[in-house]
Amino acid sequence: MSNHTVTRASRASTIAMLIMVPLLILLISAPFWAGRAELRLMGEICLYLSLASLWNLLAGYAGLVSVGQQAFVGFGGYLLFALTMFADWHPLAAALGAGVLGLLIAMPVAVLMFRLTGAYFAIGTWVVAEVFRLSFAQISALGGGSGTSLAVSVVKRLSEDRSMRESLAYWLALGLAVAVLVVITLLLRSRTGLALTAIRDNDVAASSLGVDVWRTKFVVYIVTAGLTALTGALIFLQKLRISPDAAFSVNDWTAFVIFIVVIGGIGTVEGPVIGTLVFFLLRETMADLGTIYLIVLGVVAIIIMLTAPQGLWGLIRSRFGLSMLPVIHRVKTITVREPENGP
Amino acid sequence: MDWVNAVVQGVLLGGLYALFAAGLSLIFGVMRLVNIAHGDMVVLAAYLGLSVVATLGIPPLMALVIVVPLMALLGYLLQRLVLNRTIGRDILPPLLVTFGLSVIVQNGLLMVYSADPQKLGAGWLEVASLQFAGLAIGVLPLLTFVFAVAVIVLLQWVFYGTSLGRAFRAVSDDGDVAQLMGLDRRHVFGLAMALSLAVTAVAGVLLGIRTSFDPTGGAARLIFGFEAVIIGGLGNLWGTLVGGVILGVAQTIGAQIDAGWQILAGHIAFLLVLAIRPAGFFPRVDQ
Repeated sequence: MSNHTVTRASRASTIAMLIMVPLLILLISAPFWAGRAELRLMGEICLYLSLASLWNLLAGYAGLVSVGQQAFVGFGGYLLFALTMFADWHPLAAALGAGVLGLLIAMPVAVLMFRLTGAYFAIGTWVVAEVFRLSFAQISALGGGSGTSLAVSVVKRLSEDRSMRESLAYWLALGLAVAVLVVITLLLRSRTGLALTAIRDNDVAASSLGVDVWRTKFVVYIVTAGLTALTGALIFLQKLRISPDAAFSVNDWTAFVIFIVVIGGIGTVEGPVIGTLVFFLLRETMADLGTIYLIVLGVVAIIIMLTAPQGLWGLIRSRFGLSMLPVIHRVKTITVREPENGP
Repeated sequence: MDWVNAVVQGVLLGGLYALFAAGLSLIFGVMRLVNIAHGDMVVLAAYLGLSVVATLGIPPLMALVIVVPLMALLGYLLQRLVLNRTIGRDILPPLLVTFGLSVIVQNGLLMVYSADPQKLGAGWLEVASLQFAGLAIGVLPLLTFVFAVAVIVLLQWVFYGTSLGRAFRAVSDDGDVAQLMGLDRRHVFGLAMALSLAVTAVAGVLLGIRTSFDPTGGAARLIFGFEAVIIGGLGNLWGTLVGGVILGVAQTIGAQIDAGWQILAGHIAFLLVLAIRPAGFFPRVDQ
């Protein structure tokens, strides 16, 4: 006699969980075995992973294709500078504050932008990013159009010791990436996640089943914005210098992120992870090529979108049925041995 | 008088924005596609104009004779070879593919033409102006506005007075039924994109005569065109002219207050319209 149970776990996800523990320990201990340049690169990878996962949540799950997430990256970066320099906050408090304020400012932005749908929403978010860029460029206390550097006294509040500061910056980036992945996985497993999947597949049907489409999208948008602003604060805590063009760069904070997600696999939790690794692998080998590198990325992303819209992870998953960070339910058949004198 | 002048210049500037917007509005109307690379196409057209002027030694406006068909051909091929594969219920593929195109065009231009700002020299046309009631009205901005009106009249005629326009409207209303009636949807979409990029070519060359341009300028042009479309109301060609004029006036008035406020004032006008009249001023009535 066979019985069925519903489970999220698969053998792959169990193995993945088992591998993840030592991997995480290895990553946490990186400051003790990696050189300065490697540590910096790994920190950057973590921050991009966080940006990519957040954009994927927005575009791949909530159907909110934004090309204006640089608005929140730059906002977070600038708020870090403003709160530490003018309000004399500790850099970590300032980074968290930037995240919270990013979430708050995303509320009116969402109310306005949600009046636009689909592709027009995308360009609308770009306008918002431009408004942010031009507004921050007007603030002369933050260096106006040419930008400003983080004061040494502020940086030293993190730690007096330089290598300790660099380790701390890396741990923050790693911690953020892990936190973002955990938040997204939990969110997708919750009722909101189910509602999101329903909206993505068919928003009219979802709303007829009682899903509050507007509200669900709103929550995802502002949470993503807040976490993106926090990521932005950490990015510029690592860079120590900010300018409107760098902070609100559409190439750095949106184009690269979109390519990462598309190449890795949009609408999957694992996609951005694969995509980030591929992106940095390509960048480290091709960065000398400059503009050609960007053209190659664009071509690869277009080819993937046209021929394998599920991305690299989609290809792997359809071939092996793998799921590392499971968010879906699967039916599993278990065979129960029938007792001799059954009831 | 300064303010009157600012408004007049803004209205004329609106003509250029209407040209950016018309191509965007056209393809959205026919196939619900928003081309993120639209602004980069404007800049590409300006660079093509530059090359034509440099090789043939003709005035920029005459270069239109070559640049317009070239861009139209590019549009047709782009649609047939790439964009038609993205058309469907899902909005993600067209968005991401045109976004990728935008990055490719921008960096391609960087490689070929370098990052140096360029300009299309048009001699007397750049500086000529007419005196009218104490205002100096530039001949070039006036000409741009006339071009914009002419292009919109032409597009209106194509849409509502020709069999091609009937095909456009048919595939827009119901692509599957249009296909059953014997229209080749892929070909019609190709023609729509060709027409869109032909308009873009006019916009690009006029832009190149008006100001200097560089490969990274596409984003701003896309955004201005998009703002004009939304302010004017989706799916209305005359609306794009009104939207362009409102955006242009907002920018020149902003610049009159403070030079740093020019672009910001335009964006704020757009956001205000979005807050107060989300459907724009002249939305298409049949929807």
